[in-house]
Amino acid sequence: MNALTKGLMMKDKAARKIKINILRFDPNIPNDRPRIDMFELEEAPGMTLFIALNDIREHHDASLKFDFVCRAGICGSCSMLINGRPGLACRTLTSTMEPEIMLAPLPLFELIGDLSVYTGNWMRGLNERLETWIHTQEEVDVERLEERMEPELAEEIYELDRCIECGCCVAGCGTIQMREEFVGAVGLNKIARYRLDPRDKRDDDDYYELVGDEDGVFGCMTLLGCEDVCPKELPLQSKIAYLRRKMVEVGLNKKD
Amino acid sequence: MKVTYTDVLVIGGGLAGLRTATGVKERGHDVILLTLVPPKRSHSAAAQGGMQASLGNSVMGRGDNEDVHFEDTIKGSDWGADQKVARMFVNTAPKAIRELAAWGVPWNRVKKGGRQAIINAEKVTITEEEDAHGLITARDFGGTKKWRTCYTSDGTGHSMLYAVDNKVHEQGIEVRERMEAIALIHENDRCYGAVVRNLMTGELVAYIAKATTIATGGYGRIYSVSTNAVICQGTGQAIALETGVATLGNMEAIQFHPTAIVPVGILTTEGCRGDGGVLRDVDGYRFMPDYEPEKKELASRDVVSRRMTEHMRKGKGVPSRYGDHLWLDITILGRKHIEKNLREVKEICENFLGIDPAEEWIPVRPTQHYSMGGIRTDHRGESQTLKGLYSVGEAACWDLHGFNRLGGNSVSETVVAGMLVSEYISDFCESEESAINVSTSVIEAALKCEQDKLDRLINNKDGEDTYVLRRAMEKIMMEKVGIFRNGKDLKEAVDELEQLIFRSHNIEVTRSKSLAANPALVNAYRTQMMLKVALTVAYGALLRTESRGAHSREDFPERNDKEWLNRTIMRWKDPDMTMPTVSYEDIEVEEMELPPGFRGYGKDMTIHHPKTEERQAMVDTMRLQTEEEGLDRIEVQRTLMPYSELLPEKYQGRNERLDERFDDER
Ligand SMILES: Cc1cc2nc3c(=O)[nH]c(=O)nc-3n(C[C@H](O)[C@H](O)[C@H](O)COP(=O)(O)OP(=O)(O)OC[C@H]3O[C@@H](n4cnc5c(N)ncnc54)[C@H](O)[C@@H]3O)c2cc1C
Ligand code: SF4
Ligand code: SF4
Ligand code: FES
Repeated sequence: MNALTKGLMMKDKAARKIKINILRFDPNIPNDRPRIDMFELEEAPGMTLFIALNDIREHHDASLKFDFVCRAGICGSCSMLINGRPGLACRTLTSTMEPEIMLAPLPLFELIGDLSVYTGNWMRGLNERLETWIHTQEEVDVERLEERMEPELAEEIYELDRCIECGCCVAGCGTIQMREEFVGAVGLNKIARYRLDPRDKRDDDDYYELVGDEDGVFGCMTLLGCEDVCPKELPLQSKIAYLRRKMVEVGLNKKD
Repeated sequence: MKVTYTDVLVIGGGLAGLRTATGVKERGHDVILLTLVPPKRSHSAAAQGGMQASLGNSVMGRGDNEDVHFEDTIKGSDWGADQKVARMFVNTAPKAIRELAAWGVPWNRVKKGGRQAIINAEKVTITEEEDAHGLITARDFGGTKKWRTCYTSDGTGHSMLYAVDNKVHEQGIEVRERMEAIALIHENDRCYGAVVRNLMTGELVAYIAKATTIATGGYGRIYSVSTNAVICQGTGQAIALETGVATLGNMEAIQFHPTAIVPVGILTTEGCRGDGGVLRDVDGYRFMPDYEPEKKELASRDVVSRRMTEHMRKGKGVPSRYGDHLWLDITILGRKHIEKNLREVKEICENFLGIDPAEEWIPVRPTQHYSMGGIRTDHRGESQTLKGLYSVGEAACWDLHGFNRLGGNSVSETVVAGMLVSEYISDFCESEESAINVSTSVIEAALKCEQDKLDRLINNKDGEDTYVLRRAMEKIMMEKVGIFRNGKDLKEAVDELEQLIFRSHNIEVTRSKSLAANPALVNAYRTQMMLKVALTVAYGALLRTESRGAHSREDFPERNDKEWLNRTIMRWKDPDMTMPTVSYEDIEVEEMELPPGFRGYGKDMTIHHPKTEERQAMVDTMRLQTEEEGLDRIEVQRTLMPYSELLPEKYQGRNERLDERFDDER
């Protein structure tokens, strides 16, 4: 047996008190002003920010806004600034932090209220702009055997398909602060994903049209804030670098 | 008054809703999809295990076909499923997965040659055939004869959901996020749309449509602990119920999964036990062999869940602040195995428990997992009583799962149902019947009624605290309508829930009075709805005096086909009543392709239906005869239980397999 499992068994022996500071603001309430509210609660073993925030809503302030759906680190709903760093609140254990915690909404996205931001809207715009779907003229005959694919390739595509559109990379990106239209690591990763997929018949010229500029792959300064904060640990750095090389090639050919 | 018109309104942006929307759009109809959260955040994303489709590519799945998948599904359902629906489903599942492959899902593929696998805790080598190389592979799942569960590593639902949502983008379908349907609009037994609340601004809008589809998922959150996402609250079932016209089917059929972690209820895969992990109690003792000497930890889901509960009731649970639990011990598998084969379990343990499962035991307990019941529809997905209302996916009960769902059949069902039901909806929209004849006064009244309810919640004084009612409901469901059920507890549960419903009329939204984005208000009206749903579950369970599939009555341990080979149908005739009305719909033995038999767990205690024997004899004779005549398996099936004309024409065809190539082999 170990510390935590023992902890689970114990009945609240010497539980830690934690303080959670939350940046509050509701743009829909006339005359509301940003403020920081502090909530003090008793830490429980295995407590995540999902548990803590719901505890606050249930026992302290029923108006507190935040978004959780899967509460299992799968759906990408709950990203926020946790002690200043973008991350998924549902899979952050309070025990891994100092007893005073600061929470703020993810910057750059439309604020709905308190910790709730509208990442979904932003991602929808991105997907529409980059046309993140399989482009093909081929009709599929669903009665026949499926097209074959090399097992390794399928796994490689899946590795990039794992992005959960949480927006952490966007919030952690220096370029976006200056360039509103920048597609972010999430966008470049999506292009890398479709580029890899033989079912999508677009070629590099097509991708160049989409990301061959300063709002795309040439806007990225490879400062790598994104990879550090990606909760899915996607290989953003190497994929962006590779994509940039490919797009440079297209660009040079165009000049010829 | 704000009103929006469209052809088809789809409520719900999970796999089922999205695939329905693409289907009707393809047929040229306008569609608006409403969802609480961006579609890609729907609960469908959480399905990790896989999707069942009888492709038969992997060597462990060779010989698989619709017949085997059908038999597994019916047995799994403990003969509660609609056999024609199950046939429609198994014939469409291979088409669904092939379509998804074309839409971009990176399904794992067969790799020719040998590879290591662990079966029953033993290392074996599986050798894949050359001709299958590059086709979609499958893994093993509980309750299936063949390896049939197709997957994308540990993120099947995620990849499926993204592919279908991207298709929705491509088609330019209008998706409206953070919108909640809070009531249906109907007149003269005909559904015309819904009253919808904007969760950001609080505004109410009427959406009027020829056809309305509910694809809102399950109702797991009426229980205090559930593997479901926090938005799986059964509001879709509730708004159907509140029409007083539409019906719900088999609401008491609830599945529990044995190993979700404590406290948050996140699932750890069956693979932990499949690979040799064991369950231990407060003394560190491995107790499963005492209960199930043969299958031990690897008995079926419902059996293991029941044994664990039994053991905890004997005082052998591990007490914790979050209630009793047991231990899942996978340390015996070794670090190498865990890091390679159970990566996702390791991550869950690290992120949510802060433990290393190679060193430490995982706190687990059986947890609510899946809702077999839902909005009762016919095989076309349409309500049997409210015309123009359709339902698909986990929200619905067209009845593929009966009293127990097989793992992997659910995500498969969502897409198949979307494919089929969108065709029926389109047919309906193209018929004269679909004309919108709703009077403005009805729309106005529906909007006003909902606005009044919300105002009342906000303005009420000295009323009830939502959280108190909510927690009471969750506790009742967990303790009295859980894995084991008995008459006494269920009676108490029904009485107590009825009391809570009564009290819920007097909820007061405290501390947060905004009519706009206001979580307290949302919680208030949803709790009112959830209570009704909870009561249908408890009441159905109380009345059903037998044990079938996941519904397990201690006081009636036998499956009683003689009296209970039927579906529970609930209706809430009058909004002021505190109890639903109940009726039953017989499942006809005479029409079954697979007459009721023994499911194969524990002792056979079935009380048989008087007509079972006769039907079995008839099926046997017909099968013999047709086989002697030299008919192939599909023609044999057709004589036993014809169904294919029920399918939309475009989906009636056969499915090609390596072992069943079409003549013009490519
Ligand atoms: C942890 C876990 C693992 C699972 N693994 C598997 C597996 O491996 N294989 C398998 O086959 N099945 C699995 N299942 C089951 C399967 O995931 C679900 O049954 C299935 O995804 C349900 O899909 P759906 O489209 O019906 O509903 P959901 O995906 O739940 O979508 C419901 C949608 O409805 C919307 N909504 C809800 N209420 C309203 C409202 N009032 N107004 C507007 N919109 C609303 C939501 O926003 C959401 O978009 C698993 C389930 C769990 C909990
Ligand atoms: S590398 Fe830097 S600039 Fe480029 S996407 Fe990542 S964070 Fe943004
Ligand atoms: S790339 Fe990573 S950080 Fe960015 S949206 Fe996707 S999962 Fe989130
Ligand atoms: S709630 Fe889904 S990732 Fe946190």
